[in-house]
Amino acid sequence: MADKKIPEINAGSMADIAFLLLVFFLVTTTIQTDAGLYQLLPQWVEEKSDVEPPKKNKKNVMQVKITASDQLIVEAGKQSAQINFDVLNLKERTIEFLTNNGRADDLSEKPTMAVVVLQNDNGTSYDKYLNVMNELNAAYNTIWNQAAKDEFGQPYEALDKKQQEEIKMKYPKFLSELEATDFDKKK
Amino acid sequence: MSKFKKGKKGKELPQISTASLPDIVFMLLCFFMVVTKMRESDIKVRTRVPQITELRKIENKSLNSFIFIGPPSNQYQAQLGSAPRIQLNDAFAKPADIMTFANQRRTDVPPGQHNEMTVSMKVDGEVKMGLVTEVKTQLRKANMRRVFYLGNKRSEKK
Repeated sequence: MADKKIPEINAGSMADIAFLLLVFFLVTTTIQTDAGLYQLLPQWVEEKSDVEPPKKNKKNVMQVKITASDQLIVEAGKQSAQINFDVLNLKERTIEFLTNNGRADDLSEKPTMAVVVLQNDNGTSYDKYLNVMNELNAAYNTIWNQAAKDEFGQPYEALDKKQQEEIKMKYPKFLSELEATDFDKKK
Repeated sequence: MSKFKKGKKGKELPQISTASLPDIVFMLLCFFMVVTKMRESDIKVRTRVPQITELRKIENKSLNSFIFIGPPSNQYQAQLGSAPRIQLNDAFAKPADIMTFANQRRTDVPPGQHNEMTVSMKVDGEVKMGLVTEVKTQLRKANMRRVFYLGNKRSEKK
């Protein structure tokens, strides 16, 4: 046979390569983390109080209703209700309503007085509901972000707790939910 | 013709060293160990969560409990039908069971952290709100009011 043999490949560095790969995968793979839309539910009160909630001027209230057939009805301030509203426009509309500051006569006077009320039906699909909820939250987040940039020159997330509170005081989040309607039972 | 036969000089091909095979296997093992998410309970309902944009990460996983709502997955549909069900831990449950569930979860957590406890609701997009509202009402009654509606990230259009 031939005398010359091809020398064996040195396997000593294989472990290093393996480790390199391991580290690479560790860094690049995103382990699926659960994330979601946060909401603080209102406190449960056992009996319905007789005290009427303070009457709000109608122009400070924006009503968003989702019907059993997943249609959106938006009634901002004193403006007439918009039926079959598109979810994609909801964020813009909410921002317009909240940051009106008395400019338009029939929308909110001040952000501190503006209230958004959401009502859904028991037949509403969760998908629609969460999308609407998402848009409303997005509206507030956008406003906060804008305010943070104007005031502190930083996005809202980068601010510390105190500064965030400050912005939240200026643009408080009054997003409440009414008891769901029940379209099926009405019949 | 005999292109693939031994080289002209009849040289022997060196054997591939298998010394590194354990390393590779070990690496793969590590990789899968890290990536696979341990499920605390197997999910018996289908939960295709909606796509949303305003996501927030769950800060403290040990203080978080899950509620799954959705139609039972295929192997359970024969017994239970396809109407949406609630799953707590490993079992199907009724809305009334949430109170017990919440209280039980509370015993696992030191009292100082009770007001940091969260509930993640993993709900299928097709579920009707009636059931979800019921669950929410129960959570309010049980005073577990910090809720996450789990969703997948939707990249912003435009």
